[in-house]
Amino acid sequence: MGLEEKLPAGVLLTTVEQVIGLARKSSVWPATFGLACCAIEMMATGDPRHDFSRWGMERASGSPRQADLMIVAGRVSQKMAPVLRQIYDQMASPKWVIAMGVCASSGGMFNNYAIVQGVDHIVPVDVYLPGCPPRPEMLLDAILKLHDKIQNTKLGVHRKREIEELEKARLRQLPLLDQPEVVS
Amino acid sequence: MLDFLNPIKGFGVAFHQMLSKTEVVEYPEVKKPTAPRFHGRHQLNRWPDGLEKCVGCELCAWACPADAIYVEGADNTEEERFSPGERYGRVYQINYLRCILCGLCIEACPTRALTMTNEYELADVSRESLIYTKEMLLAPLTEAMEAPPHQMRLGETEEDYYRLGAKSESKDGAK
Repeated sequence: MGLEEKLPAGVLLTTVEQVIGLARKSSVWPATFGLACCAIEMMATGDPRHDFSRWGMERASGSPRQADLMIVAGRVSQKMAPVLRQIYDQMASPKWVIAMGVCASSGGMFNNYAIVQGVDHIVPVDVYLPGCPPRPEMLLDAILKLHDKIQNTKLGVHRKREIEELEKARLRQLPLLDQPEVVS
Repeated sequence: MLDFLNPIKGFGVAFHQMLSKTEVVEYPEVKKPTAPRFHGRHQLNRWPDGLEKCVGCELCAWACPADAIYVEGADNTEEERFSPGERYGRVYQINYLRCILCGLCIEACPTRALTMTNEYELADVSRESLIYTKEMLLAPLTEAMEAPPHQMRLGETEEDYYRLGAKSESKDGAK
């Protein structure tokens, strides 16, 4: 067929997207955004027992310009929302967001005027992680699911097309209540 | 006296750590079991014949401090029976982006229909996918069970079902 047939044994071919995906996911530097009790569990994820440095994530810091991943851990108050957005804007692209815990994901049990009902009102969220607070294994699980997403991210023109399609799908999406019921 | 050895003593700590066993639990490959009563994902239980235990009373929804549970009950009929007794839970949804896994719903449930499992890997990429429906929450059927709707097989009335545990207890000679 193509090039694969003419290669000597022991040579593996892959795509540029896959190589870059592997490079990106192998050291995702988190910018911690600990706002409440979830932050304690996020710290625990870096401890020797759970140890997210196994995926090159040990450099968790509060410096957004050197970070790829924002882990929003805790309830975001209305007053904190512009700060959160600014931190997100300061991060260099490509960047990802994990909404850790129910408060960051949807407001959780704080259904009131003081708390933003989910950080996806402010920044695009890649992985939602329920739990109150989620145990460190749950955060690791969310990070691994994010790794999967990063690995399969497209590049260049493909990425632009993908974003366009996603945007179109989002615009067409009905509110949850109006969505047709899925019969299994 | 041997003060000049102090810097080397400092290295001793590092070398000692190099030889000690690591603490790391290699998470995705090795999953250390949680505490047996860990509050994880919910499960809607069934009677031994496959009928649902949920009677659609909404007490769990009332008990929920985060308003994460949505229940719509409906009447059982003789042709379509999902649970022993009058009513069953027609729609049952738990929004895991609200649920704080506190277990108050489990305490409120009068038929022990709702319990919690130890499963905790819930992360997902969209809000919609984290609203778990009844199909996702129902306990899997075992061999002796048959998917409802079907007739009551373990007794004439719902009371017979509720006393199933008591009967086996008296057989065992306890109490």
